[in-house]
Amino acid sequence: MSDAIVSPAAPPAQARRPAISRAALLPWITTPALVIAFVALWHDYVTRNNVSAFILPAPGSVWSAWVEMLWSSRAWGHTWMTVYATLYGFAWALVIGVGLGVAIARVRWLETTLNPFIVATQVIPKVALVPLFVVWFGFGITSKVIVAAVLAFFPILTNTVLGVKSIDAGHRDVMTSLNATRWQIFRRLELPSALPYILTGMEVGIVLAIIGAIVGEYLGGNNGLGAMLIAKMNAYETDALFAVVIHMTLLGFIFYFGIGALRRMLIPWHQSSGR
Amino acid sequence: MSSVAREITRPDAAPAAIAMAGIEKWYGTGLSQVHALARTDLSVPQGELLVLLGASGCGKTTLLRMIGGLIEPTGGEMRIEGRPLWRDGRRQDEAVAELGMVFQEANLFPWLTIEGNIALPLELKGVGRSERLARARELTRLVGIGGFEARWPKELSGGMRQRAAIARALSYDPDILLMDEPFGALDAMTRDAMNLELQRIWMETGKTIVLVTHSITEAVFLADRIVLLSPRPGRIDTIVDVPIPRPRTLDAQSLPVFQDVARRLRHRLNEIS
Ligand SMILES: Nc1ncnc2c1ncn2[C@@H]1O[C@H](COP(=O)(O)OP(=O)(O)OP(=O)(O)O)[C@@H](O)[C@H]1O
Ligand SMILES: [Mg+2]
Repeated sequence: MSDAIVSPAAPPAQARRPAISRAALLPWITTPALVIAFVALWHDYVTRNNVSAFILPAPGSVWSAWVEMLWSSRAWGHTWMTVYATLYGFAWALVIGVGLGVAIARVRWLETTLNPFIVATQVIPKVALVPLFVVWFGFGITSKVIVAAVLAFFPILTNTVLGVKSIDAGHRDVMTSLNATRWQIFRRLELPSALPYILTGMEVGIVLAIIGAIVGEYLGGNNGLGAMLIAKMNAYETDALFAVVIHMTLLGFIFYFGIGALRRMLIPWHQSSGR
Repeated sequence: MSSVAREITRPDAAPAAIAMAGIEKWYGTGLSQVHALARTDLSVPQGELLVLLGASGCGKTTLLRMIGGLIEPTGGEMRIEGRPLWRDGRRQDEAVAELGMVFQEANLFPWLTIEGNIALPLELKGVGRSERLARARELTRLVGIGGFEARWPKELSGGMRQRAAIARALSYDPDILLMDEPFGALDAMTRDAMNLELQRIWMETGKTIVLVTHSITEAVFLADRIVLLSPRPGRIDTIVDVPIPRPRTLDAQSLPVFQDVARRLRHRLNEIS
């Protein structure tokens, strides 16, 4: 290159850290080890003390109940209902939570007016409202979607407000000095800047959305994993009951890690994406 | 009639890059009011490198942000290339378009790469992608960070980030560059290097630059003229010309005229604070 003013030499593009560090490998060893140890203890306790299968079934029978569940199309129907209610409710919570959050963080009087109500709705035990939703919206999917949305809404709202309020004043100065429009400020500064916070809200929110959907299914109708769980309880099929719980847990994991993948995709520049 | 108004109406001369008449600033209301800047008249001809120098709290940032249109003056009139910056409490777009700002922090957006940051102003103005990336590449060369276009801001050193911030301010080719202690956070050696670079960029581009600093050495090295501000309330104390030929090298610091100007500034600063 004949360019005299390129003073700091550009480093070679490949100079990267090794792809996987030792600390990142550790959970791949410890997690299975701990799970195996837990299952072994469980098995040992059940067989040694002759515990009744109605109280605590052995891990083996829970496992076979779960495998049986995986082969049953009815169980997949329930799973799909729960997934649908969770994701649909979560989507509503996301749109309204982010929209209202940005508005509250931007408009002073809106925050002052809405704050008491937001706090009030925060402290209401929302699960106690589920019967009311069933009364209002019936035993169908709507009441579950609404419970999921209501539960997921608050962490998304509060994190969005926090995110927009934490925007660096210097970054705002840059946009002001560039004469950016309100929309440009939202799209190019507020949204990307608040995104790490919003994703944190989403991580909490998605888990609450599943809880909301399942609690909704406990009380209304006979669809979804929540209803399935109640049915197993009433039938004294404790091993199947455990299997449903495991099924729900795995579902929760999938959603949670889905948001994590979204995080790495959307904000690769942020520390939380672990670059 | 103020001297500024006369200057603007003179038919033969181009309007001053920056002209202010009776500009003042009060912060807050009631008992907690602060008189940050008393009525100030100042005119900056096109192509000048003007330095605002003064002790902490004497209103340098306030004055610079008023020139940049980031805060509205409590009173007085600010003109950019002859056009008023404010009209009925609204900032005027044509005036702002000629202003580029560089802050003490680089203020790069961490979610954009270096070229994304440099090209941001062009993106906001609707310039097409290939054109703005070409411009970003050209500017990284100009400010000496060629080859770092695709990096994230956190992968660059403080000095390199500040170079990128300068490139961002230059991207849309404003006539005037406003810099608030742009090198204040850098170590002495990097700072010297950046001063040389800034002089080179200024000579290559012919911009008007107003730069705020605490450092007497930096002021004398860079400035055509130094405006010394005194505190409580902030106001212009003295204006000093720096008759050192360009391009100046770091050795210029040992010239008698450099030391003379620096000594006068130091004495005056001690007297007024
Ligand atoms: N937003 C604000 N609200 C109230 N007072 C302010 C505000 N900004 C600055 N001031 C006051 O105005 C005065 C001038 O402040 P300014 O920031 O312009 O000083 P400065 O010369 O830039 O100082 P420094 O060298 O420390 O950056 C100070 O007394 C400061 O306390
Ligand atoms: Mg300042």
